[in-house]
Parts: sequence; C-alpha cells; structure tokens
Amino acid sequence: MPTISVTRDVLYERLGKTFTDEDFEDECFDFGIELDDIVEENNVVKFKIDIPANRYDLLCVEGLSRAMNVFRDRMIVPKFTVVPGKEKLIVDDSVSGVRPYCVAAVLRDMKFTEESYNSFILLQDKLHQNIGRERSLVSIGTHDLDTIQGPFTYQALAPEQIKFQPLNQDSVMTAPEMFEKFRQTYLKPYLQIIEGKPLYPLITDANGVVLSLPPIINGEHSKITLDTKNVFIEVTACDRAKCRIVIDTICSMFSEYCSTPFTCESVTVESSSGSVQTPPMKYQTMECNAAQLCTKGGITGLTPDSVADHLTKMFLPSKAVGEQVTVEIGPTRHDVLHQCDVEEDLAIAYGYNNITEQVPNLNTIGAEQECNKLSDAIREELARAGFTEVLTFSLCSRDDISTSLRNGKALEEAVQIANPKSNEFQVVRTSLLPGILKTASCNRKMPLPLKLFEVSDVVFKSEDTETGSKNQRKICALFSGKTSGFEVVHGLLDRIMLSLSETNYSIRASEESMFFTGRGADILLGTEKIGHLGILHPEVLENFEISLPCSVLEMSLEPFV
Amino acid sequence: RSKQWYQRRVREEAKFPSDYLERVKTTHEKGGYGSTGYDYDWKVVEAQKNILRTHTTAVSARMLYKIAQQPEFKPVKMFSIDRVFRNETLDATHLAEFHQIEGVVADRNLNLGHLIGILHTFFKKLGIEKLKFKPAYNPYTEPSMEIFSYHEGLKKWVEIGNSGIFRPEMLLPMGLPADVNVIAWGLSLERPTMIKCGINNIRELIGPKVNLNMVQDFPICRVNKA
Repeated sequence: MPTISVTRDVLYERLGKTFTDEDFEDECFDFGIELDDIVEENNVVKFKIDIPANRYDLLCVEGLSRAMNVFRDRMIVPKFTVVPGKEKLIVDDSVSGVRPYCVAAVLRDMKFTEESYNSFILLQDKLHQNIGRERSLVSIGTHDLDTIQGPFTYQALAPEQIKFQPLNQDSVMTAPEMFEKFRQTYLKPYLQIIEGKPLYPLITDANGVVLSLPPIINGEHSKITLDTKNVFIEVTACDRAKCRIVIDTICSMFSEYCSTPFTCESVTVESSSGSVQTPPMKYQTMECNAAQLCTKGGITGLTPDSVADHLTKMFLPSKAVGEQVTVEIGPTRHDVLHQCDVEEDLAIAYGYNNITEQVPNLNTIGAEQECNKLSDAIREELARAGFTEVLTFSLCSRDDISTSLRNGKALEEAVQIANPKSNEFQVVRTSLLPGILKTASCNRKMPLPLKLFEVSDVVFKSEDTETGSKNQRKICALFSGKTSGFEVVHGLLDRIMLSLSETNYSIRASEESMFFTGRGADILLGTEKIGHLGILHPEVLENFEISLPCSVLEMSLEPFV
Repeated sequence: RSKQWYQRRVREEAKFPSDYLERVKTTHEKGGYGSTGYDYDWKVVEAQKNILRTHTTAVSARMLYKIAQQPEFKPVKMFSIDRVFRNETLDATHLAEFHQIEGVVADRNLNLGHLIGILHTFFKKLGIEKLKFKPAYNPYTEPSMEIFSYHEGLKKWVEIGNSGIFRPEMLLPMGLPADVNVIAWGLSLERPTMIKCGINNIRELIGPKVNLNMVQDFPICRVNKA
C-alpha cells in the first residue's frame, strides 16, 4: 500500500486543530488509514501515513485533510466544476502503437507556495508509482502554460527526430542521447517502457516546443516554478480508465489553489475517433434503499436521513427521499464501483467498533481433509519412535535436488521458477531430503544419534492439471550417528507400514547413485515403487557438509490417503 | 517488481471453464452485477500464468466456485492452514515462504456483525480477547477490516489479521445466489507464534536453522492460556 509523507504542522493547520501523536493515531484508525512512522527531516516533523491502494484522493495532504475534515463535519464536500477552456490537444494516430491515450486540463490562476509546490510534485510521484505502475501505465506532465502556446500535438516520432532540452539539463539532446545519459540516473527504470519501439511519444506546442517525452522526462522550457500561474496538465497512458482517474485526481486535489477554488478548465482533445472535453470530472448518482445499505454492515437503528448524513461524511454527499438515499459519487471517489463500496463507507462512518457482534446462526459438521488427518497421525507415530520433526523450505536450488543428491534426472520433473531472487529459490523441491540434510548439517552439535523427520508436500510437473504441477505428500526420515543406521530406517519403514495396516510392501535393491553402493533399496507397494531408503553416498554427505554417516527413508504417503 | 513467483512453463491452453472465463472477463472489462468494472482489457495470458500463490484465498476462491456449481446451495464453513510464497525482501521477520490461516463462512445474509462475532470467537480460542477493527482495503473484499489485538507485553495494539466480505464481482460470476454473503479472515501462522513464544527471528521457527533443542524441549502449546 502507498505511504505518503506529510508535514505534521501543515496537516494540523489544514485540520484546524492539533492532536497528540496517540490521538492522531486513533483518528487515523477510525478513518481507515495508518500512521506508520513519525520522522524529523531538517527539523520538520513529518508523518508517514499508509493509504489504501484504491484511494487516489488521499495521496496528498490537500486531499487527505479535506477528507478528514469532511469525516468530522468540519467541512462541506466541495463541488468541482469544469469550465470550458480554449486550449486544444491533437492526438495523432502514430501514438497508437506506443502509448495510445492522452488527456489534458488547465488549472487557471494558481498560487503556489513552496509547500504546495512540493506537494504537487509528490502527488505526481505517488500516482506514477501506484496507479501508473511505475509510469508504465500512466504518466503525468505539468507545464507553465504561459511559456507555451496551443494547439498542442501528441504524436510519436522516430527517436533521432526528437531533439530538445530536457528538464534540469543545460543542453539540447536527441532522444537516443538522452537515454544514454539517463541510464546513469533515477530515470533508468523508465527507459525500457518505450526503448526499442520504432516511435517515441512526444508532446509539442504550436511552435514545435517540446513539453514532454512521456513517460521519461519533461522539457526544461515549460517547467513549473513557484511563480507559475497557469498550469497545463497532460496525462498519457496505456490504460484509458487509469488515464482519466489520474487527471481527475490532480484536478480535484490542486484546483483548490486556483483563484476560483475547485474549478478547472477543460481542454479539447481531438483524435481520429472524435473530439472530447477533458478532464472528465464526472459525477454519478446511485439510488439505494437506506435499509438495504445497512444490512451488509449489520447496522440497525439508522433513519434514511442518518444514513445520508453518514455517507456525506465519507465524501459521498447524499440525500434521503423517503426510504431511498441518493448518493453522489464524484471525481475523487473512483474507487466506488458497486453498491458494496457505499455500504462499506456507511459502516466506516457508523464505526466498525460500534457494530453489534453476532455469531452466524449456522450449524455445520466439521472435518479434516484425509491427507492432513493421516499426516498428523503419521507424525505422531514418527515422534513416538523417537524422531524429531522439522519444517523446511519448499524452494531450493537446482543443485539441492539434483547434483547434490547425485540425481541428474531430478530437474526434468521439477517445477522451476522463472524469476528467482537468488539461487536459493530456483526450483520447488521434488524431495524432502535437501531440507532435512541441511537441518542435520546446521545441528551438528546435537547429541547423537540424530533422528529427524518431516511430513510435507513436494511438487512435480504434471500434464494433468491446470497449473502444470501437482503436490505430493511425502514422509522423510533421517538417522545419523556413529553407525550408519540402515536397520533403524528399515525398522521405521516396517513401523510406518504397520501403522498404515499395510502388508503388501517389499524392498528391492536400488541402482540410485544417491546411496552407498549396495546399500540402497526401493520401497514397493505391490509392484509400484513409492519410495526408497538406504545409506547415503559420502559425496552426498559432503555436498551437504555432514561428517557422520546417514541413513534416510523417503516415501510417498499419497497411496494410503 | 513482481511480488509473485512465476513457474517457468506457461501453457497456452489452460483448462478454464469457458463460460466462467467469459463472465470474469466481462465483469473486469465492462462491469456487470451492479458494478462498473475496471474498464480495461483483461488478458487471458495473465490469468494463465502459473505462480506460487501469495495467499490461500486463491484456493478458497476455487472452493467457492465448486460450491457454486452444486444444484442447491448449502452453507459452508471452511478453513485452511497452508504455505504461501512472497517475492519480497527477506529480513528477521520475513521469509520467501510462510503459512497462512484462513477461515471462510458462506451463508445467506451474513454481515459484518457476524464476521466480528466469529472473529471474537476464533481469537478467544487463541487466548486473545481484546479486539479492535480498522477499515482496510483488499481488491476482493468490501467491506474489509484489519483486526488488531491489545498486546499486554508490548503495551500497544498490534495487527493480527485481515478480513472482509467478498465482493459481488467475485462471487456472482461463480454462480452463487445473490443473497449469499461470504465472510473470510486470514492471518499468518508465524507472526502470532513468534509474538506468543517471544521468538525474534522467523528462521528460529521454520527452516534448517531451527534449534532442535528448542523443538525437543518446548512445552505443550496451550494457545487458549495466556
């Protein structure tokens, strides 16, 4: 979930009151956000607040404080208006292969302070990181409208044809030159979003001045300063819905600083599919039955008027008409998709901790899955036989299940991970042995003999399942001591089969290189091999850094489930 | 930047029930069942990617789908305690794989009051009685609640779980009746164990570095006693 950093004193000023740290934590709790940390940066106290991932309207101090004020009846929900503007943006078809969507808006007659300017930049960063998926889906460019001239063009050009002075650089560069330079900077991760494509997206004005090369960098020419009065916002995207959400968010958050607060100016966006006015800043209404809204939350005793009041506190201005409630959902609440979103907000306003608890009036008969029930019973038997249980990792290295066990064929049947973070996570284990051997190695100071077991899943590739893989519950036991203990694991096998009421089993000499020559055996259930046991080959012991002889037993529990 | 582990082989024709797939796709792209949907291009290739599950809710969803295919809906209560995988930075309290406990109740007309009630009952069995609920967000539950309990030793409220009522966009395409609500909650197995047993490093609890003396000497775990 996103975390925002707000200056405590700015927040409290906007809330019209101060809190102790504990009281503010409680305030956040009731509202559904979390005060994660309090830090001091340059002698300024900052709050790090966790924001739900679907609340784009809370990602800056402006939106957050407004919402908290409305929540506590300190403020009325503002109405956002869009006045028709004269600016035009033309979208050329050439962008369809690289970054198809573009919308724009104007914030007229703004007054920035250093604080609000920083907040403006931070909001764009947060939107880039989260809904923008690190700019790959959506990115934002903000510009000083007085330094540029419409109509604006959004098109895609060959990289070498793109030439301008990027933000904070002192010379004009071509796009390829820029990319080389940016590879050494914080912009490196964004280059791959368009690099390699035949055409790069570009926004220019009527005089050919470059506003931005989305999603990489803006131009130095149109950069915003503290003196900027009129802001041109352009949002480009690969996802049309997220594109609209982002521009609505910026406009609703920062239009409060315009000379006519909460008003923004539209831009006409023309493309081959027609002409639209953006930003959308739409209002939807939802007609709901007041009593029905209460049922999900288990809320009783609210009149339709109370329901409407509660929802209004959640930035969903509502009015009761008889038994119905009309709920207004504005451009700050793109997270509302269904009536259940409104029902949640009602429950939040009512207070989750005020809801009367009930136990579901439902009688059911409980049971365990047979595999788990049997596994627990086997674990008991193995513990009674004096073996200590271990619980090990299911991800391991390719070597762990193959070369370290002298089993070249193991990788053919193993599920491999496409993006391992390290070689500890290359494959999903096909055997419990690596885990139990690593445990033995880490616990070499334990008194002898060392007797360990694990009953857990391994995973094999499978043609029969949707996921291409199948779990198998296995039993694995290890004996390590001054003697090799073959007779101990053999005795354990007999004990396990006795516990399972199984007599139709046998062992036969095994060819597997994992075992000492002539000291390994396959376990057969009828004629089918279900496991093996034996004394481990010294090379295996060496691979796992074990200095004492070991005997092991590993078998599938599946045939007995 | 993915939090998921991808299995290397990606199969082109996964065996999804085609009518269910169409409903899921439409709900994402255009909405339906009273929802506006997400208005984007849902890609079956993404759905086909095989990953190590990041939470057991993925399996609960499969179970609910199976239940929805029965001719007559019968209420259920289900639980699971099983392994999940996260591709995140590792530290003293975070591993790439750990265990989740999950509970699910599906019945007609369940609400948050029932969820709160069952949570109090569940946690009381673990010796935890003082609970507080905080609004939260999960893409698949609405309303959602984080569960906090008061830790007497640390003298503060600590998050112990997450819960909610599954969204209609998740349940209705499965074919569950419209008045069936599914409440669910989940918590990790390792974290409460570490808090209860005073263990600071998760590797002392799971993996090869567990001290076997601890395993042998540990007293009977009486969860409902403080």
